[in-house]
Amino acid sequence: MYGKKVKLRILFISLLLITLILSVFLILKSLEENVVYFFSPTEIKNFSEIKNEKIRIGGMVKNDSITINSNKISFVITDFKNEINVIYSGSVPNLFEEKKGVVAEGFLKDRNFLIASKILAKHDENYMPPEVKEALEVE
Amino acid sequence: MLFSQIGYYSLFFGLFFSFSLFPIIYKDLKINNNIVSKNIFINVLLQLIFVFNSFVCLIISFVKSDFSNETVYNNSHTTKPLFYKISGAWGNHEGSLLLCLLVLILFIFIFLNISKNQPKKYQIFTLIFQQIIIIGFFLFLLATSNPFNYLFPNPKEGLGLNPILQDPILAIHPPILYLGYIGSSIIFSSSLSAIIQNYVNDVWAKNLKKWVITSWFFLTIGIMLGSIWAYYELGWGGFWFWDPVENISLMPWLCLTALMHSIVVLSKRSILASWTLVLSIGSFILSMCGTFLVRSGILNSVHTFANDPERGIFILFFLFILILVALFIFFVLYKPQKEEKNFFLLSKETSVLINNWFMMYFLSVILIGTIYPIFLEVINNEKISVGPPFYNKLLIPFLVPFFILMSIGPHMQWIKSSFKRINKNLIFLFILSTIFSFLIYNEIKSSGLFTTILIIGVSYLFLVTLRDLFTKNNINLSQRVSHFGFSFLILSIILNGIFSTEITQNMKVGENYKFNNTTIYFEKVSFFEKENYKSVVGTFKIIDNNMKMYLKPELRVFNQPEIITSEADIKVNFFKDNFLVMNIVKGDEFYNVRYQTKPMMLWIWISTIILASGGLINFFVKKKYEK
Repeated sequence: MYGKKVKLRILFISLLLITLILSVFLILKSLEENVVYFFSPTEIKNFSEIKNEKIRIGGMVKNDSITINSNKISFVITDFKNEINVIYSGSVPNLFEEKKGVVAEGFLKDRNFLIASKILAKHDENYMPPEVKEALEVE
Repeated sequence: MLFSQIGYYSLFFGLFFSFSLFPIIYKDLKINNNIVSKNIFINVLLQLIFVFNSFVCLIISFVKSDFSNETVYNNSHTTKPLFYKISGAWGNHEGSLLLCLLVLILFIFIFLNISKNQPKKYQIFTLIFQQIIIIGFFLFLLATSNPFNYLFPNPKEGLGLNPILQDPILAIHPPILYLGYIGSSIIFSSSLSAIIQNYVNDVWAKNLKKWVITSWFFLTIGIMLGSIWAYYELGWGGFWFWDPVENISLMPWLCLTALMHSIVVLSKRSILASWTLVLSIGSFILSMCGTFLVRSGILNSVHTFANDPERGIFILFFLFILILVALFIFFVLYKPQKEEKNFFLLSKETSVLINNWFMMYFLSVILIGTIYPIFLEVINNEKISVGPPFYNKLLIPFLVPFFILMSIGPHMQWIKSSFKRINKNLIFLFILSTIFSFLIYNEIKSSGLFTTILIIGVSYLFLVTLRDLFTKNNINLSQRVSHFGFSFLILSIILNGIFSTEITQNMKVGENYKFNNTTIYFEKVSFFEKENYKSVVGTFKIIDNNMKMYLKPELRVFNQPEIITSEADIKVNFFKDNFLVMNIVKGDEFYNVRYQTKPMMLWIWISTIILASGGLINFFVKKKYEK
């Protein structure tokens, strides 16, 4: 009886350890692959190379920069030092407006041009994404 | 003005009764009997009355639009409808904390009243731990977020409540969620008390189970209400976005679910005691961490609460003390009792353990996904976000074994089971689910092998739980209902994920747009003046596979505060929701129109209610078969 119990314990603990190691490994591995990095337009300008990965860019929508037609919206994100053109087709949030904070997610084509797949704006008239605030405060 | 004063001083009286309780407890502990002194009840009751009074005063201040009160000034406006004036009382940081405090006291009061058959010292120590949490909340409230701050000179008009929060569901969502979060405080206090009293046994587990189920029930309903709100108000057409705030409510839910299973094992078989304790302490810590992360503004999400670093530090400090105390008690004072030795691999105990493993795995994925961005930012100032792909990739593959084990697990017997119990019936159901999966495969054509396996898994679980639901006997009715609700929920979510369609287009009035079998006609926009906003209603005619319907999404332009919200128009059908939302982009020429079909939405909500009601049944059905 006792021997059986010890065997069970060992089995139990080793199973536990294996699952633990496996899950930590899996989680870290996919974190590496699936996180989206955030940049300001100025940081993009200083890129040494354009990587083909999804990124987020935050800043203000430049005044008078939104143009719209039936399947595309294009606008300019600025951090008042540098600008980046964004082209987007899809739905926009309520608070997407000129002179308001915005975060665009998508792929860079070159240092001046982002093809966005998602646009985020927050639900508060005074709200500015913390990243944007910081990007603006740097100047 | 008057009511603010009354409310403010009521809080001090409430705090006073926290301290006056300790001498009474000290005296009562010396008396060697098994009845908790009447004085203790009276003391807690008085505390409850004063805090309740304070809460009512806050509501009255809101109703009377008393702008000399800073909280009212910041969150209310004279033109706001009465209903939202009332719900505004707990729709903000200060008010919601007051509500939390009220619930904390209410729960310990109920606990004292229904646990009279428990050992006296166990009750009293639970009260002490709960009071420590209560004092923490009192100090937090009075020091950093007093709901009754006086403003002079008195403003004439308030700033208004964020219009996106002016919604009937969001009015009841926070209180219900708090019942869930705060319910876990009782689990926490009584676990610590049970450790000190060396009372971690099957009787304790049976008593605590009620609290676990209560807390779990409210948390489930609370999360569901939040999802419903996000579905129709945020206009993104989904119900779950892996947003940090959502994750934070899901983590204690997973922990409570695991606890609910392991506590059954403890109550029936007197094993897994230490593990159960870890889970009960964990549930509350996770709830508190959630409060900390949301209130301190560290997490950035769709929910914009007023943030204040000072508050964050206070909660962090409080949390740190709680964790320290809990760890100390658990590791130093806990004397594990001898557990029964016969533990067989093929038994119900094992299946519960497997359930717990899965829950812990899901929990750790979500935990890491939620806090990793914070760490990375602190360490090297890189800003990242972790989105749905991360969670999908890590969670979905594990669902298949989870489904299979969940359909087998409940059929195991305690102590020792055998494979003989897996009979022909189950094999028949397996074949049925394969056929079902094949039909779905036929419908979507381009589907991967994995989706097929996933559908087989979930439909198998669904069929098994459905069959179990209609078993004639009365054993474990609540478990069978909840399991059925859960499998139905997952089935609905998966079908919803596979069959949802979406069209997004920028349209002018009078235009139409055709895509596959769907044509959208944008017929007109009309303008209305409402009580506290201007309304812009678009009229769309949709022809979707020869089915004609009119959808009228709305834009609400609030001026206090100045903000636009969009109200999606949703045609709810039995099997499919048609969802249309529009937005102004620039000027008023083009509207950004988004049309979605979302299958099984109604069933996602219904099955969640079934899942939660399984917990309720536990309170009402007399368990004949229990010894």
